[in-house]
Amino acid sequence: MLKFTAEHEWLQIDGDVATVGITAHAAEQLGDLVFVELPDVGSRFDKGADAATVESVKAASEVYCPLDGEITEVNEAIVADPSLVNSDPQGAGWFFKLKLKNRADVDGLLDESAYKELIA
Amino acid sequence: MNDQTALKTTPLHALHLSLGARMVPFAGYDMPVQYPLGVLKEHLHTRAAAGLFDVSHMGQLIVRARSGRYEDAALAMESLVPVDILGLADGRQRYGFLTDANGGILDDLMLTRRDDHLFVVVNAGCKAADIAHIERHIGDRCEIEVLEDRALIALQGPRAVEALAELWADVAAMKFMDVRHCRLHDVSCLVSRSGYSGEDGYEISIPASYAVDIAQRLLEHPDVQPIGLGARDSLRLEAGLCLYGNDIDTTTSPIEAGLEWAIQKARRAGGAREGGFPGTSRILAELENGTARRRVGLKPEGKAPVRPPARLYADAEGSAEIGHVTSGGFGPSAESPVAMGYVTTSHAAPGTRIFTEIRGKFLPLTVTPLPFIKPTYKR
Repeated sequence: MLKFTAEHEWLQIDGDVATVGITAHAAEQLGDLVFVELPDVGSRFDKGADAATVESVKAASEVYCPLDGEITEVNEAIVADPSLVNSDPQGAGWFFKLKLKNRADVDGLLDESAYKELIA
Repeated sequence: MNDQTALKTTPLHALHLSLGARMVPFAGYDMPVQYPLGVLKEHLHTRAAAGLFDVSHMGQLIVRARSGRYEDAALAMESLVPVDILGLADGRQRYGFLTDANGGILDDLMLTRRDDHLFVVVNAGCKAADIAHIERHIGDRCEIEVLEDRALIALQGPRAVEALAELWADVAAMKFMDVRHCRLHDVSCLVSRSGYSGEDGYEISIPASYAVDIAQRLLEHPDVQPIGLGARDSLRLEAGLCLYGNDIDTTTSPIEAGLEWAIQKARRAGGAREGGFPGTSRILAELENGTARRRVGLKPEGKAPVRPPARLYADAEGSAEIGHVTSGGFGPSAESPVAMGYVTTSHAAPGTRIFTEIRGKFLPLTVTPLPFIKPTYKR
């Protein structure tokens, strides 16, 4: 199941684990990324907390944790090559996997059509 | 500035939109921050080939003595700028700065001798204040003409010479900081071999109504791409060039900023026209005795860009603050983060390891000679 946030993140939900990344729209707005900092595996975040940092040539931006949960895996490939986030934001450019504290929180997220309307 | 409608536009505004630029407010103008190529590729393209920049937001002035004599215009400007302007040869340009009574910097500018007058280019954000300042101090002796109806474009990079020589062959023979009158596409333009990227290149002052024609002619050249303010900033940072408002302002003196190279012998202690500019006592004393802090290049050791106004420390615990970052980001040609900032002189020697705090962690940086790239000026 694919979900979105108004903060331009996508979540691929598989059971109670969400794979999280930033949307193609966000990647395009940020421009070429030159630096990515990811959270430590095992760290816990509340919804809205700063979980990762991305930097373009021009500016730094935070990536928020989209729901309450614990980081179970991070994508080191985007730390080694931040341009993956620009070239394949909703595939190889994923950020981290989040074990959700409450699976039901997913219901509060946007579906694809609602997100598309938001950025239209 | 309360909304977009209050923003001014340059003569190339419609061209930027047609090229797909992302526009941002800058110094009261609606300006292109990047084109579809993106900041990173625009930067690298400029260093590898040639980039065309719209810098029409900058102020272009003519300062002419009421007597009609160049010498009188030069001596009047020398009362505001610690630069040898009297000694400037016809068709030559110098970098300088307007200083205030405390020896701080009101703006930095380019000064060109054109026959009997001076052609001056100032920063967009300072131009109204600069014009008022110049009028107030030398308006009795000089006429200050603001060239409102001219665009200014920069063509920078190793292929700039070929691209511009297709319109006017003589530009190839110009040297760094030469200024010539040229007819581009049958339009009368003023061309300088200078810029703000660390590369060889030109700045071209064009009558506003012909600016789009000439920009389009240059963009037709296969080596030329339009470049936005984003890459302009990363290019000048790698080149170690100051951005007014970030790296220099009224709280920094030219000597603290490491700009003493722009103060020629004639204006220094013992020179033919020693002092005589605002802030003389501080600036001459600092030339003699040095300063307590210096602008330096900084190379972060990790991959994280360090941006202003990051604080700088002598130690990894952050107990001894020694300065702050004034410009910083990622250097696409340096292939690493790059920054500039002020540090106490005891920590200003190249190779000194200092620290900054980013997101709660103390990260090391090394004081590094500027520039971060090898400039390709045609001296």
